[in-house]
Amino acid sequence: MRPATAPGEQAVAPAPGAHAQPVVKLRHPIRWASYVVIAVLAAMFINTLLTNPNFGWDVVGEYFTSVRILDGLLKTLQLTAIAMVLGIVLGVGLAVMRLSSNPAVSGVSWLYIWFFRGTPIFVQLLFWGYISALYPVLSLGVPFGPSFVEFDTNVLITPVMAAILGLGLNEGAYMAEIVRAGILSVDKGQTEAAQALGMKRGRILRQIVLPQAMRVIIPPTGNNTISMLKTTSLVSVLAFPELLYAAQLIYSDNFETIPLLITASIWYIIVTSVLTVGQYYIERHYSRSERLAGAGVLSRLAELQRRRGIKVDTEGEGR
Amino acid sequence: MTTDTRVPMVRAEDVRKSFGHLEVLRGINLEVHRGEVMTLLGPSGSGKTTFIRLINHLETISAGRLTVDGQLVGYREHQGRLHELRESEVAGMRAEIGMVFQRFNLFPHMTALQNIMAAPIGVRREPKSVVRERALRLLERVGMSDKSGAYPGALSGGQQQRVAIARALAMEPKLMLFDEPTSALDPELVGEVLDVMKDLARSGMTMIVVTHEMGFAKEVADSVVFMDNGVVVEAGPPDAVLVDPQHQRTRDFLSKVL
Repeated sequence: MRPATAPGEQAVAPAPGAHAQPVVKLRHPIRWASYVVIAVLAAMFINTLLTNPNFGWDVVGEYFTSVRILDGLLKTLQLTAIAMVLGIVLGVGLAVMRLSSNPAVSGVSWLYIWFFRGTPIFVQLLFWGYISALYPVLSLGVPFGPSFVEFDTNVLITPVMAAILGLGLNEGAYMAEIVRAGILSVDKGQTEAAQALGMKRGRILRQIVLPQAMRVIIPPTGNNTISMLKTTSLVSVLAFPELLYAAQLIYSDNFETIPLLITASIWYIIVTSVLTVGQYYIERHYSRSERLAGAGVLSRLAELQRRRGIKVDTEGEGR
Repeated sequence: MTTDTRVPMVRAEDVRKSFGHLEVLRGINLEVHRGEVMTLLGPSGSGKTTFIRLINHLETISAGRLTVDGQLVGYREHQGRLHELRESEVAGMRAEIGMVFQRFNLFPHMTALQNIMAAPIGVRREPKSVVRERALRLLERVGMSDKSGAYPGALSGGQQQRVAIARALAMEPKLMLFDEPTSALDPELVGEVLDVMKDLARSGMTMIVVTHEMGFAKEVADSVVFMDNGVVVEAGPPDAVLVDPQHQRTRDFLSKVL
């Protein structure tokens, strides 16, 4: 349908069925007032950032890419990655145990989750740090019988180990709940169809249920990774030189406390921003239902596997 | 494994099933012979779906005896006692019984071809090339050759159900169970699935089909069983049960469905 306006005439969007009359737009006085207030506050904030010498921006600039800070950053990244891997592996195991029909096994998993979610991570880290006060010697041997090997706890549980155990074991409890939710999100008919084909529990879990659970598991796992990155700063109490502790070591020498905390904060926010962007893309992949047209990451992985399969049996009919 | 052709493929003697206090099957007696096609009819809640789920042990039997090919389902009889089978033994029995579900239950993260190939490779440990050839033949048989690389999400309901039938057939089952295979389909897609099933019935497959498709029952069924409220009300050849039912309940039901 063509608009009933003469060529060249300004088309004023008329309401359907109404005559083309001039429209007076609704005014937003409060919106304008808020712009002004926020602009003033922002100006004050920038002013104090620039004029308050205590921020010590020159010190921030000096240490931002210093070897000790970058080394701390690297350790933070490594610790995040290792703790997350440990947490995910533990989480899958605990989730499967939790859903087991064996009450002892599911009870152990419940107890684990209850304990590690019920006590603060900070306290858990301290426990791992002081573990040698609880068990000065760790030994491998027959229960209640002779031991074959003995270790000095202080040698075995170094600050790195304490940090990895503390963060990883705690993360395992949270990942267990995420994985469990993912497994429960898969339609029961999928398990039944696989059972009807004669598949056994382990294969059904690996081949049918977990791949479909990934859609539900991946987004919160991304969240937890971002959270873990910041939680690693607690490890500074174990004297493990990650990013925050590296900054603390520096300011205990030069007393430039605030600038070094700012330096660490900027790095944290840079890395979390990068992770957030990555998470956005991953979530976008998984939110697109792979049931539709099979464009998801998993389908693509499956496609790759299929191609690889065809490469193996060369008589494949080259699809 | 029994190969005695006189042993019925499925034999139910006073089979009972309760969920808590609710008794859904109250003594079912049936026999399905080799190569026979049996259709189960009945109003919803009559226990027909529960009955076929007992046959491959997706539900456990509460009382009575149920045998497939002479073997007790889910139990081994030893010195007058019934011993529950291990998971691997149950899986072994299920591998020889094909099942087609109302909601298809194709694996959404696998292509049509992968859906069909998964169990023969994973369960029967057959070589991939052999399975692949059989899977492609089956896809052709159900008229889905051109969709071997498609994911279930890209297929219509009728197409998904045909792939699901091919998936079950890939295990070369001795018995096929169909749980309302066309109930979740748009009316115009029912025919293509029924055609595949009719073809299968004519090829001599032993089938138990829960369905409301009277045309299918009349055309290919050897026997029709009408169930209501957990018991078999009437059973016999389709000409008898569908055309000249003896019981008032059967007549009432048929008058509503036809």
